[in-house]
This record gives sequence, structure tokens and C-alpha cells, in this order.
Amino acid sequence: MQIQELVLHKAEEYLASGKVDRVLAWKKGETFYDNSPAIFTKDNLNGFVYNEFCAPNLSKYLVNESKKEGKILVFLKPCDTYSFNQLVSEHRIDREKIVVIGLECQGMLDEKKIYNLGFKRIEKVEDGLDNIIITADGQQVQIKREELLSVKCVDCKSKEFAVADETIVVNEMKQPDKNSRFSVVSELEKMTEEERFKFWQNELSKCIRCNACRNVCPACTCTHCVFDNNKSGIAGKANSDSFEEKLYHIIRAYHVAGRCTDCGECSRVCPESIPLHLINRKFIKDINDNYGEFQAGKTVSEHNPLVDYTKGDCEPKEMVGK
Amino acid sequence: MNNLDCLIPIVAVVTDIRRDTPDVKTFRVVGLDGKKPFIHKPGQCAMLSIPGVGEALFSITSSPTNEKYLEFSIKKCGCVTEVLHSIEVGQQITLRGPYGRPFPVDTVFAKKDLLFVAGGIGLAPLRSVINYIRDKRENYGKVAVVYGARTAEDLVDYEEIEKEWKNVKDFDVYLTIDREQPDWTGHVGFVPNYVKEVGVPNTYTAVLCGPPIMIKFTLAGLLELGFKKENIYTTLELRMKCGIGKCGRCNVGDKYVCKDGPVFCMTELDELPDEY
Amino acid sequence: MYKIKLSDLDKLYKAISEDYPLYLPIKKAGEVNYGLYGEDEEVSLTTLKTVKSPKDAFFPQSEDLVNFKVDGNKIEVIDVRKEEQPFVVMGVRACDFKAFDVLDRVFLVDPLDTFYQNKRNAAIVVTNACTEPEDSCFCKVFGIDASDPSGDITTFIIGENLFWRANTEKGNALTEKVKGLFTETDDKIVAEEQKAIREKINSLPNVNLDLTPFKDEMLDIFNSEKWGKLSEACLGCGACTFVCPTCQCFDIRELTKNDGTVSRFRCWDSCMYSDFTKTAGGQPRTTQMQRYRQRFMHKLVYYPENNEGVYSCVGCGRCVKSCPMHLNIVKVIKAFDKGGKDE
Repeated sequence: MQIQELVLHKAEEYLASGKVDRVLAWKKGETFYDNSPAIFTKDNLNGFVYNEFCAPNLSKYLVNESKKEGKILVFLKPCDTYSFNQLVSEHRIDREKIVVIGLECQGMLDEKKIYNLGFKRIEKVEDGLDNIIITADGQQVQIKREELLSVKCVDCKSKEFAVADETIVVNEMKQPDKNSRFSVVSELEKMTEEERFKFWQNELSKCIRCNACRNVCPACTCTHCVFDNNKSGIAGKANSDSFEEKLYHIIRAYHVAGRCTDCGECSRVCPESIPLHLINRKFIKDINDNYGEFQAGKTVSEHNPLVDYTKGDCEPKEMVGK
Repeated sequence: MNNLDCLIPIVAVVTDIRRDTPDVKTFRVVGLDGKKPFIHKPGQCAMLSIPGVGEALFSITSSPTNEKYLEFSIKKCGCVTEVLHSIEVGQQITLRGPYGRPFPVDTVFAKKDLLFVAGGIGLAPLRSVINYIRDKRENYGKVAVVYGARTAEDLVDYEEIEKEWKNVKDFDVYLTIDREQPDWTGHVGFVPNYVKEVGVPNTYTAVLCGPPIMIKFTLAGLLELGFKKENIYTTLELRMKCGIGKCGRCNVGDKYVCKDGPVFCMTELDELPDEY
Repeated sequence: MYKIKLSDLDKLYKAISEDYPLYLPIKKAGEVNYGLYGEDEEVSLTTLKTVKSPKDAFFPQSEDLVNFKVDGNKIEVIDVRKEEQPFVVMGVRACDFKAFDVLDRVFLVDPLDTFYQNKRNAAIVVTNACTEPEDSCFCKVFGIDASDPSGDITTFIIGENLFWRANTEKGNALTEKVKGLFTETDDKIVAEEQKAIREKINSLPNVNLDLTPFKDEMLDIFNSEKWGKLSEACLGCGACTFVCPTCQCFDIRELTKNDGTVSRFRCWDSCMYSDFTKTAGGQPRTTQMQRYRQRFMHKLVYYPENNEGVYSCVGCGRCVKSCPMHLNIVKVIKAFDKGGKDE
């Protein structure tokens, strides 16, 4: 059986047995790629879908959903489970009300990368695991999966489930190469200060302050963000002063440091394709280098090193110039 | 290039500040030339600001018949109003307006018997109409004003009401406060109930302004008494930034409250989504 | 009709930019947006959809309205508007050009918005026909012909050439200045290409959307239960509104500069934001569903009600491409289609 059917059956089974009242999953859109997160109930499973275009991380929706009455089943891809755990550890979601089903993920695809190959009218996209078969503009082509991966799936951090009450895995998931995760960050580190400043200046100058990165971020769950608070003095909506964008993204990165699980949603949703995840990943790399390896969301009990003092902690001065 | 733009304000100066209630002050404003900055109609609003603090829209409390100055009765309840409450006479402010559709004082209201119902600071926009009518008394029929506040101290314009309004012919004023208090000998009770007790004939044209809950129950009461919706008016307050129907903030249905309102007839509101 | 080889376009840009500031699609860090031409910039005229629309040319994301000098209790108003010099916006697609009309109906009606008007009057608009429309395009639904945009000048990129046709006096004047780079040609190739474009457009998936349900009673559409499901995944970000060529909501804010001058500026705002309608006294739209509904009601019902049936959507498809959760106006229109599936 295909994974899509297995997932649907699992949803039906839980709903039918009354073990859960609602299912949080993805709903088929109008075209091959535009699936959206949705809540399903026993009476309405129309459009239920799970395929290579289900990139949205559903964890954050649980902040509101788990406040509601009844139990909810959520489908999480391996990387989403880390966000889930992190939210549980921050007491943002009620674990007791949630059933987690872990789903196989071979890496989600980015429709933009397909269109960027020059296709105008795409009829069909089929997932052949290693290869993706695209029918478009009167022709059929095979493209390697790696070339079409969503930015969040390039340099995947792990195919292991940090949490799952059950899992649905049909094809084996290849563990990603650990060394590749920080390769781009290392390249940025090798740049001179001027080069690096220019790189970020160029990227961040595209920012349109739409707040998509913040609103999608599972680590951004403040009920009233400082950037929305008129009394904060920094509730800017303007992009006139390009320093403001840097401030916005840098403050955000500091705020989620140690809590960011590297789910990559910020970069996936950016309309201007700013590689925001690299800022967070730099923090993760620094935490690993200075405090030993730490993966936010791997467990619900382990403390983030930035809020956990130990006698062995390195001194700030040791970090400078490292 | 146009010399004028609606979004560019003029400078005006505050020449008098009167404390009406513990959290309402009335500000008298004139242009730098000492004259009234602009001509308005009852029910219209203007944008006031203290640069560096921000701009906010307030209804003009004074009557157009006052040729010397504008008045604004302002309740302390946000950033801008807090600062306005701390200023002293002589302070310059910026001003733009007048904005919005006024009460139909010279058309629909002419010759009619009128009932005004206000709660708390809700008297501010109505005071402009009421004083306009007092000054053109012969153009209107009988007038009844039902005005209430939480306490006696919260009644805005109490002095003017007692000394002036109550002496006008065919002009009845009914004051009420929510709860009994020692020095109060007048009526005690909520505005909507008092409106029913007063028993104004349902042929009057009614004008309501106050907190949403007061409007809701007063409206229900008036309909019960047989008032027709087309004879009931109110004035809305939503968040506004531009005041000229462009910034989109006060859009409800196909209307912009700043431009198509703030004064609406109840029949018009019935056709709009319930988002005000 | 004139033409110029694509390989000579740099000369054209340079020639125009000698006389006018020239705004056109420029690629920066992988994405294409309208920007000021410079010799080092990478122009990408063939990009179908810039991330942001060209509305910035007349209604910038943020612009100073007025400055104030505050001295004790005294205030001085400083008008910061300057005489707008003529400038050229090149590469404007038919949908985006139509969007200028949608904005005009907001900013150029009484009372006039002089900030917008001055820029609008100063602009020479060069449009570009869509020789390669794509899946997310649905301008045809709003009666727009992407094969024949108007503007002061219309251009067509066909094969190795860019064809150039002046439509207005302003267009003629600009053409005169750069004519030396062109060769004259008839419009036969263009006419053939236009036919081909129209065929391509007719084959797109969303060109037959039915808008008639939005002509129903306003309150019936407003009170529809469909909005709940449609908005379920909405994050409340402003991506759709900021890439939209017709969204025109703005905020007015102030900034106190280091020298004490207070700058009052306006900046784009989004009805999707939770603080959009928040006041000191309350919040009429407390849920994301209400905000989401407002955006589409405005585009498909309220705006047409006030503008002789003209919709505040031009089918550019930017929201289709940029919504993080793939919610968009196409899904809204389809959900209300009576022949369509029922939710």
C-alpha cells in the first residue's frame, strides 16, 4: 500500500474508534503542490493527503488546537517531532491531549524549484523516491530528488523520530550525512567580516517585513510579540531603514537560540527566499562547539545549554575568536 | 504639486483645558492666528496629535455655531490620550480635518422631536449636535436628553447641563448614574432602562452614543417602544489612521467609518457586517 | 512599431537611464524585484512575476508624510514632499498595470492623495506582454488581456527581439529619445505572438473561475460557514498582502530621529495582522478567520460594490505562490463556486 492510503487509514481508524476527536494533517489543494494544513473530523476527511508536498510543520498549530476540547491526532515528519517536543517542554502544548503518528519523509519538495527549471504549465508531478517525474509543457522529465528538495530538507538534520506514539514508514529513510548539515555555515564562517556583512546585507535587504518567518516559527509562540507591541518602540512595519530588518531577524534569532530545532520553516516560507535558517544554524553550531552537542527538541527533559549553568561551561572570552 | 494634502496637518494651540470628570478633559483649540481652525458640522471628527506620540481621531465636541474655537472632550484611555491629559495651556498640537459624515441636522432632523441618549464619554459627539440645536432652537421640535454615567463624577459637562440645558424651553434633561451615591439625589439606574421609564413618544428621532452594550440594550428598548429603525441614529468608533477612507483600517462592508460614517442610521448598519 | 535585439537591451536601459531614473525587474540574491537600474545590476525582464509588485513606484512600502520640529510646546510642520521628477517603470505586466487602476480608485478620488498622485503623474510606464504565462496566472478572469497591456509604451519579447510600441504622448516622447537604437518594423510578428499568447492563456488551469457568487447578498457571503475552513491554516502573516499589487492598507507611524525631528511616515499594513483593528477600547476582529474574511470580502465584494464592479484582484497569482500554507484567493473563489465542491 502507498503511504498516502496508510496515513488516511490511520486517521480513519483513530477517528472511528473515538480515540481522537480531530486529526491535524494536510489537505489537497488545487494543483500538484498547494497542500495546506487542515483539521479533519470523522464526518469529513475530504481532500486528506500525504505526499512529497506536505512540507508545513504542523506542531505549532497544536498550541491552539490542544487548548480545545477533546483529543487530537497529529501527523509529524521526523523533523517536525523535534518542534513538538520543544513545545511540550515549554508547556505550550498539552501532550496528554495529543496522539503523535510519525510519518516517513524522504525530503519534501519545493514547487518553486520545479518552476525555476523553466516549466510553465505543469500537469503532473510523481514521486519515484530517488527521482521525480514531471509532466509539463507537453513533455515528461525525470529530475533527481536532491535537486528539488525544499530548502528546509536540504541538509536534513535527522530521520529519527524524537517522539511518536506510532510510526508509518514504508520505505527506509536514509540517515542524512551529519557533516553536511553545517557545511554552508562553515563557508559563511570562512568569509571575511566584510564579505559576510555584504552577504547578509544583500539577503536581508530583500525582507518585506511580512512576518511569515516569525508566524510560522514553532519557537515563536509569544502571545504578544515585542515587534507587535506599539509601546515597545521597535514595532516597526517599515522597511525604509535596512538596519531595522537586520535587527528584526537578529533579535528573533537570539530569542530562539537554544530552542530552535532547525526545522527550516522560516526559510521555506520566506517570499524573498532569504536563507534565514542559516542564522539559527550558526547559533546551533556555536552551541555544539562551545557546550557539546545539543539538539533542541530531542527530549522534553534535557535543558538547553543557554539556560542551564554548569561548572564546566566555557567562559565567554574563550568563545570569542573561536 | 498640490499645496495641500489631507495627511499634512496644521498647527493649532490649546487655549483652555477643563477637567470634566476624573478621566475626561475638554480641550479648547484655536489656530495659530487665534481663530477657529476650520468649519465643521455636528458629528464630524478631527485628527489630533502631539508629534512623537502619535495621532488619534476625536469627535469635535463644540457646536459649529461656536465661531471662536473648537472643543474636544477626551477620555484618557490610550497612548495619545494619556499624553494629551498631561499637557498644559499653550501647548501646540497638530490638527487635520474635519472628517466624516455629520448628523443630518439641517435635513432629516429639521422640525423633528429629538431624543438623545448617551452614556459616559458618549456625550462628547452628541454635545456638538445638542448645542447646535439649542442655538437654532426654532428649527426643531421637542428635545429629550437621557444621559448616564457610572458615577456623578463621570457625567461630562455637568455644569453646562445643569446651568444651561435645563433652562431651555421644551428641552428635557434626564440624568442617571449606575449606582447610588451619598450626594446624588437624581435618578439611579442604567441608561437603557431609564430611556424606557422616561417614556418618550416613539415618534421622536433618536440619536444614540455610548458603549456598545448601552447601544445594544437601548436600541432593543426603543424598538420595543415602537421606534422605527430609520429614525434611530448612532455614531461609530473604530480604529482609524488616515481619516479619509484610504488606509483601510475602518472598513466595514462597503463602508469606511471615517468617511461614510461615523454617523449611521440603524437601517444602514443592518446592511453591514456586524464588525463594529 | 520598433524592435531591438535582446542582446542590445543594455544599451536601451543605459540610454533611458541617462534621462530618467529607470525602475525595472532586477535580480538580487536570487529573487527578482523592481529596482533602480545601474550598470552593475542584473536586469531580468523575462521574469514573469517579480516577488513584490511594481506598486512601490507610486505607493512605497514606507514613505515620509511630514516631519515635525518640536521645541518645548511649539511645533513646526515641515512638508517633506519634493517635486517628483519624471521616471520610467519598465517591464510592467498587464495584471500589474491594471492594479494601478485599482489603486487610482483609492488614492486619486477625493480627497486626493498627493503623495501617490505626484509619483503617478511623473511616471512613464512601459508594459511588457506575457509571452510565457504560467499556471498561477488568472488575470483573464478579471478581463485582463496579458497579450496586449496598455501603458505609455507596450513591449513584447519575441524570439531574439523586444518589440516596442508607443501608446501615448509620454510614450512617444520617450521613444524619440531612444529611437536611434531601434529598427522600424510592422506589427505582423507581434499580432501572431498575441494570438499564441491568448491560446496559452486559455489553456491555464484557473482562467475560468466563476465570480458570480460574489454578486450575491453581501451579508450572505459574509456569514458563510466556508470562511472557517478556508482560513483554518492561516498564520496571520502579511505575505499575501505585501506581494499583492492591489492591497493598499497602510499604517501611519512616527519615528523620532537622532536630531529630535519627528518623522511621520506611512507604511504598508496588513488586514491579516492581529493589531490591524485594535484600539484602546477594543478589537472588532478577534479571530484570524475574521481577518482572513475581511481581506477577501474587500477584494471580491466591498471594493467592487464601491467601484462599478471592478474587483480588487488582478489575477497576478503572487499570493498563490507566496502563501506559506498555500491559502489563496483562487481557493476562496473556487469554494464559493456553486458548481464546485462543497465544504
